[in-house]
Amino acid sequence: MTIVKPSIQPGDVTGSEHHRISGRLGGRVFAGVTTGSGALILVLLAAVAIFLVVRGLPALTSSAADLSARIGWFAKGQTILSYTGPLIFGSLLAGALALLIATPVAVGIALFISHYAPRRLAQGLGYVVDLLAAIPSVVFGLWGVLWLVPKLVPGFSWLHEALGALPIFQGTPSPTGRTILAVGLVLAAMILPIITAVSREVFLQTPRLHEEAALAMGATRWEMIRMAVFPFGRSGVISAAMLGLGRALGETMAVLMILSPGFSYSLALLEAAKHQTIAANIAAQFPDANPSGVSVLIATGLALFVITMAVNMTARWIVSRRKEFSGAN
Amino acid sequence: MATDAPSRPAPAVTPRASDVFEKTRGRRRFVDRLMTTLVTGAFAVAMIPLVSVAWTVGSRGLKRLNGTFLTTTMRGVFGGMDAGGIQHAIVGTLLITLAAAVISVPIGLLCAIYLVEYGHGRLAGAVTFFVDVMTGIPSIVAGLFAYALFTLLLGPGARAGIVGSVALSVLMIPVVVRSSEEMLRLVPNELREAALALGVPKWLTILKIVVRTAIAGITTGVMLAVARVIGETAPLLITVGVADSMNWNLFAGRMMTLPVYVFGQYREGLVPCANRAVTCLPTINFDRAWAAALVLILIVMGLNLIARLITRYFAPKTRR
Repeated sequence: MTIVKPSIQPGDVTGSEHHRISGRLGGRVFAGVTTGSGALILVLLAAVAIFLVVRGLPALTSSAADLSARIGWFAKGQTILSYTGPLIFGSLLAGALALLIATPVAVGIALFISHYAPRRLAQGLGYVVDLLAAIPSVVFGLWGVLWLVPKLVPGFSWLHEALGALPIFQGTPSPTGRTILAVGLVLAAMILPIITAVSREVFLQTPRLHEEAALAMGATRWEMIRMAVFPFGRSGVISAAMLGLGRALGETMAVLMILSPGFSYSLALLEAAKHQTIAANIAAQFPDANPSGVSVLIATGLALFVITMAVNMTARWIVSRRKEFSGAN
Repeated sequence: MATDAPSRPAPAVTPRASDVFEKTRGRRRFVDRLMTTLVTGAFAVAMIPLVSVAWTVGSRGLKRLNGTFLTTTMRGVFGGMDAGGIQHAIVGTLLITLAAAVISVPIGLLCAIYLVEYGHGRLAGAVTFFVDVMTGIPSIVAGLFAYALFTLLLGPGARAGIVGSVALSVLMIPVVVRSSEEMLRLVPNELREAALALGVPKWLTILKIVVRTAIAGITTGVMLAVARVIGETAPLLITVGVADSMNWNLFAGRMMTLPVYVFGQYREGLVPCANRAVTCLPTINFDRAWAAALVLILIVMGLNLIARLITRYFAPKTRR
């Protein structure tokens, strides 16, 4: 603080002078506190990374034999890498399935709201889609496992019969339906709102003149969208999909409740007990894990953190090149 | 125009072009209709999970939802007993979420003020970017972070409500920042300039003019942020644990929360009932799970609704 004392005696300080000095001090303090809060965000994010590394380090450095001796569910001859590998594969597979299902639908909804629905209805319809995001994931999980999955079983066996030649539909379809494909479907419903929100925002920014020019040349509405809206919104849709992928990768409860877990690199989407995701595995094992087990789980959490950060940062980077928009609002 | 019309060799081309036009017209129209149907269909598809979740949770939850369910705990409840409730879970959820809000709102609001009023240059750019990135942190990772932080302070295996609050605030802060930032940016610059011209220091202008003008919007944002974290399950499952009895103390002992209760009841599964036991309900755990899920959804929707009403009735009229 370098407040210059006035050369006059304290008693002589006039009211306004006094005000100015206290105002200046208050201003400094306030500016400092707000800037500190801004910096705190960065510190917090760094702290998340640092704590995960510090807590995960014991698992990363101790030998495989050590780990399997101390942790009940850590199989003999397994290393931390061979333990995490199938989990990463499961997470990516579930995320990819959710994305494949959700993206076309979300783009359709975004187009419907931005270019098809009557203008007066559009905002309300957008709000209805956002309601999907308000449903807690545990409720999605409960609904998925007790209501949806039993209804999917006949569909799964039909897929196996009709398209069983494809490797992804091979293997015996699970009679319970608690497969990675069911998880992908539920996750798709959960990430629909974020993909829709970002895509809609980008589609609405299409220059009106481009659209009108296309229509004036005799293009139909769909041709106008293909020629004017999509080229303009492509990068926005890509980043929207990546934001959705980030959400799907980190989703825990729905996966935990629906998927019957297993550790393998299997592509058979209709078989149960073949896949597990990082997040669901942490939630399943953590409550009863001993300190070594916790360390292993935190190490897998670190992998999840790194993957989702990479996905999100790429998505945000693409979006920030265009316009300020985030899924947080 | 009229002068160069005769010199143009137009007639040779025109018929052929219109021919192509005629030939493809049917197909182009068909594609257009098809896409209109598909796009409308996409919206209908999105309504399936929404309506179905609302209907299932509503109809199955109402079976069990009554006064007793809301005002009893799970203490001494076992097997297929026709008893038990969610009072302890409601209390836990309210306490933990409130604590999370108490942590997140000051930090988030101050950070938003920094970004809008003071921030420029590299730090502000970095903060904006990483706030956005932070909205994508998986909730389970936030839980692991809070757990790791508190094992450092309290020793391994510690479970307490406050740990869950810290985990939730990691998820909540970026949402509060983004929504408050947006609201502060809506405050017209003329208000700031008028206050500064009257000799009001900048910090007082911000506190008394800018924040006060935007307070309705900020409140809305905070409520939406609360609605978003109140349904979080995974971080609470690993940091707060589960409990059957009431626990009012945020700083010691396990606590029950509504989302974890839903999961816990689901995991209990069906109860094998002996034939003689008359009061044994085999599906009691699922019934409780549905009813608790209904309460949770009602709380989330209520928060959303109140938030929208605040914006509608209390927001200052801004030109936009």
